[in-house]
Amino acid sequence: MLRLSVHRVLVAIPTLILVSMLIFGLQKLLPGDPVTAMAGEVQDPQVIALLRHQYHLDESIPQQYALWVGAVLHGDLGTSLRTSVPVRTLIAQKLPVTLQLSLMALVVALLIGVPAGIVSAARRGTPIDYIANVFALSGMSIPTFWFGIILILVVSVKWRLLPSSGYVPPTEDLWLSIKTLLLPALVLGASLGAQLMRHTRSAMLGVLRSDYIRTARAKGLLWPAVIIKHGFRNALGPIVTVLTLLFGELLAGAVLTEQVFTIPGFGKLIVDSVFNRDYAVVQGVVLCTAAGFIVMNLLADVLYTLLNPRLRQD
Amino acid sequence: MNTVAAVTCTARRRNRLWDRFASNKAAIAGASIVVFFVAVAVLAPWLSPYDPLQTSFLSVRQAPSHAHWFGTDELGRDVLTRMMFGTRASLMAGVVSVAFAIVVGVPLGLIAGYFGRLADGIVSRLTDALLSIPFLILAIALAAFLGPSLTNAMLAIGISAMPRFVRITRGQAMLVKSEDYVEGAHAIGLEDLSIIVRYILPNALPPIIVQASLTIAMAIIAEASLSFLGLGQLPPAPSWGAMLNTAKDFMNQAPWMSIFPGAAIFLAVLGFNLLGDGLRDALDPKTTRA
Repeated sequence: MLRLSVHRVLVAIPTLILVSMLIFGLQKLLPGDPVTAMAGEVQDPQVIALLRHQYHLDESIPQQYALWVGAVLHGDLGTSLRTSVPVRTLIAQKLPVTLQLSLMALVVALLIGVPAGIVSAARRGTPIDYIANVFALSGMSIPTFWFGIILILVVSVKWRLLPSSGYVPPTEDLWLSIKTLLLPALVLGASLGAQLMRHTRSAMLGVLRSDYIRTARAKGLLWPAVIIKHGFRNALGPIVTVLTLLFGELLAGAVLTEQVFTIPGFGKLIVDSVFNRDYAVVQGVVLCTAAGFIVMNLLADVLYTLLNPRLRQD
Repeated sequence: MNTVAAVTCTARRRNRLWDRFASNKAAIAGASIVVFFVAVAVLAPWLSPYDPLQTSFLSVRQAPSHAHWFGTDELGRDVLTRMMFGTRASLMAGVVSVAFAIVVGVPLGLIAGYFGRLADGIVSRLTDALLSIPFLILAIALAAFLGPSLTNAMLAIGISAMPRFVRITRGQAMLVKSEDYVEGAHAIGLEDLSIIVRYILPNALPPIIVQASLTIAMAIIAEASLSFLGLGQLPPAPSWGAMLNTAKDFMNQAPWMSIFPGAAIFLAVLGFNLLGDGLRDALDPKTTRA
């Protein structure tokens, strides 16, 4: 178990190095010379040389990369060109908002996806299975931002049940905070729930064909007990793996959901930075996302091993 | 005689595939939706009496009527006409970005899977790195640095989708290269390139086709998302995502501006998803659908 974890961490290191190279390389895609843009209308060669030296642009690209990585490893992700606030501080301010939204969306996805997947697999080929599949496929095909707009139109504008935008921190007013994020969490959770349902159904179908399920039924155990105790427990491994892998989708979905519901989170930060040409922030957000995704992948591997006793023994 | 037998066998296999596909109602529904949208994209200039860019301040934000079936937008342009022309941007984004992902990803996957060792190590680490940045986040970052335009959005989506094709092709190549007939081809002195083109690639094609259909669905959503964020097709050129971006400011006054373009994205994506599922069931009936 420990050996596997160490091995996975060792494999993740070159991936993380490559990701950092890709993200560093992004700024080289920018058209034109950033220093001449910064130097203003009077292109004083001395000012240009000074700026070039200040931003280490007079060094070779490998040296620039090494300096950037060194700073990142010390927690310095650069400074926002627009607000002059360190990128690390900006991310620390916005990340809790997105994490709260993601957590609530995850609860919605679990509440929809897992029961629907279990019922659909247990009642394979029946109208319930058919309806669940139609809902799952629709959930996967519906654009998150459109679903958000439609829900705002119906729930907020027409019925006036929930707020259509904004954010209240849970430390200020917990109930209002949950109420404000309920609609966005529903939007984000529905699409994840649809995917989770398909994976749960698939994992359950695989397990329900096993000999031990037939034996459990032959012993006279009730079908719901067989499904939950023997079926779901054994299907949990792949479901948990998929759940951790859906982290990327959760973050990508959060970008759009935060945009529609005007939530000041991680997603809105990257989009606003794109329009403000605040490239240090874009790089910082992408790097943090990728690092988070790699950690989630590691966690998925470890959890999968923990949930599967046969792998644990190996 | 052997050639005749081989041709008959291939034809029979094709018939079986078609029968399996045709007996799947959902797959046929998906294919019909896709054909419908392709027809709309091709015939757009002949189907609508309006110009998608022509503004009319006399008919600003008009509700759906006999003259404007899906209403008009904030500049008095016919929503249905703009949606028809927007179909072109969406389908083009889907097809071009997936074609790019295939053209780059499949050869890389073939090299990694067939040659293994160092080539596999390099390609796999690069794929892992690209896969560790979520699809849309990578597309947003690339579009941000390359600049907002439909071409750059397609490039960004193509680069983000490419690792999926590398992974699938690599897996298939690894499976096929250990088959007896590939070893036989080696034994008779066929060159690596010849073996890859004649034996490995044809066997890797079915999962690539399935993945292409499912990735087009994802690419359509990605293009609409980027255009919705202002990083894809730029106004005044019509695009479903850009139409929704404008429409969100008029949700109260003109809900039709958001309802119809969103429904179009949903239907097109559903069509490609159904088609992809159907193709998977027909090409590999043993697979349990996720």
